Amino acid sequence: MFSIRSREIPRRVARAALALVLFAAATAGAAEELTIRIEEGVASALPIAVVPFATVGDAETPLDIAAIVRADLARSGQFATMPPEGMPSQPATFSAINFKDWRVLGMENLVIGKLLRAPEGGYVVEFRVVDVYKGKQLMGYRVPTTAANLRLTAHHVSDLVYERLLGERGAFSTRIAYITVEKKAPGTSLYRLQIADADGYDPHTILESTQPLMSPTWAPDGSRLAYVSFEDRNSAIWLQDLRTGERKKIIAGEGINSAPAFAPDGQRLAVTLSRDGNPEIYLYHLGNGNLRRLTNHPAIDTEANWAPDGRSIVFTSDRGGGPQIYRVDVDGGRAERVTFNMGNYNARARYSPDGRRLAVVHGDKGGYHIAVVDLASNDFQVLTNARLDESPSFAPNGSMIIYATMGPGGTELAATSTDGRLKQRLATQRGEVREPAWGPFRD
Amino acid sequence: MKGAGQKLLVVLLAALLVTGCSSRSTRSDDAQGRATVEDRSMGQTGADADSGAQSSALPGGTDLSASALNDPASPLAVRIIYFDYDSANIRSDSSDTLAAHAAFLAANPTLSVTLEGHADERGSREYNLALGERRALAVRRQLVLLGASAGQVRSVSYGEERPAVDGHDDESYSLNRRVELVY
Repeated sequence: MFSIRSREIPRRVARAALALVLFAAATAGAAEELTIRIEEGVASALPIAVVPFATVGDAETPLDIAAIVRADLARSGQFATMPPEGMPSQPATFSAINFKDWRVLGMENLVIGKLLRAPEGGYVVEFRVVDVYKGKQLMGYRVPTTAANLRLTAHHVSDLVYERLLGERGAFSTRIAYITVEKKAPGTSLYRLQIADADGYDPHTILESTQPLMSPTWAPDGSRLAYVSFEDRNSAIWLQDLRTGERKKIIAGEGINSAPAFAPDGQRLAVTLSRDGNPEIYLYHLGNGNLRRLTNHPAIDTEANWAPDGRSIVFTSDRGGGPQIYRVDVDGGRAERVTFNMGNYNARARYSPDGRRLAVVHGDKGGYHIAVVDLASNDFQVLTNARLDESPSFAPNGSMIIYATMGPGGTELAATSTDGRLKQRLATQRGEVREPAWGPFRD
Repeated sequence: MKGAGQKLLVVLLAALLVTGCSSRSTRSDDAQGRATVEDRSMGQTGADADSGAQSSALPGGTDLSASALNDPASPLAVRIIYFDYDSANIRSDSSDTLAAHAAFLAANPTLSVTLEGHADERGSREYNLALGERRALAVRRQLVLLGASAGQVRSVSYGEERPAVDGHDDESYSLNRRVELVY
């Protein structure tokens, strides 16, 4: 029995300042949510209290917005959030804040807010960020939204708080794509391609297959995913539109067809094909279907990733013996080795959004870990310490890396801050979760 | 086990995929917005495939007749070739098995075999997909060298996506680094 299903995700558009494409919870189906467990925290985190939001008028509370914001900020590792039980009071307006009470507790910042019913239906989320020591408001917003979009609005609030206090754009309202595998019977598995919020909530299955699915990768504008499916009894590269669910096989043929990577312009894919007898990197133009071979070496060349400026790619090659990372200009030319003096196994590089670092799978005596290489200094730091870590992917603001790791029940997702100080697990109750790909900013 | 029947199935499968493709676009408009492709060849090839293989009259000596594929005592009953870590070298303990399969294919030119290359779970998945292919191609070269014709041998890599066993220890890894011969 062989089956494959793709699903369309219904779209709704928020009406106001933060107009966005959204996915409704209605199609979540049997998808299981990922639960997050913070493993290691950061001592220097900024103390903040996100006070439970007041509800005004007949606005019932379909969602605890403050709780979502609190969880987002804690998950970043940059904030020490106060639990509501410890709060001296729960002000919803600036004038209701008793600053002395909060100063005594060492609380540097407050987030206060309200949830209001909009006259024409829907909701308005109103919130303020307050500097406790200066006794003044740093930021205030009113965000119109709908019941279906409240969770996303909460993530937007987190993004705004994060950016105001840390000076760096927040990535809480982004999404992740990943593969799940559920064993149905000996020798029979169900593979799913899912998309969820960056905190693991609201998962949607966008493709289901009894044959392996691999290598999901986001188009830079977040509208499409490319991935590898074995539904034709061999690897083939597919493209799927996230709004319509429409999918198209774009590259198939003899040998392996794998490792798609979108160029920053969204027009080209770097792919690994072995149709000429050996795995090489090719550039495929989505507009005209042109295919150009970029590498030419009897070794394995695979796992391309584009530099953010779109001018070069890095890839894995075992031309020097074991797998190492190489870089080549997209116009051709000689490939140069990037990873030196960092062991015998470095593979599947992913650029940080600023192009200065690479996250790689680094193998040593203790297993396979996620490491980060600084391209200017060639320094490298091993961030994770489990036995089988793989598939690193940077958050679009570069603050975190999501990856797959071996948990007690199979592969789970985990995230680490880019400095390795904060670690957390995202796990489902059953089955494997792997190959996370962090999506772009949603704007 | 499947023999000539496999070819029919491949044709059947191709037909199913074609119809699947054409129905996909129409079905994507259905109420749930899903596209569905199904075929039922996988795992349900039992009776038909076997009878198909047996009904083909094929040349060759007794040892190499098509039905030898169904003989558990035949060297052809061994259908898995194992590999060392990060290696695609054919081990010496596999040579007899591969020689038997090559002779069988040479004696049965209408039959074909698919070599499914696999890797253990360690390291990156896409690199492992390439490793699985390298193993399948090493087996293919050996079979062709020993008498099979190139057109009889197809290779496909599954990388680490379809482990034979689920464990995360050396024993499991050694069972997962393999090429499976599927007739």
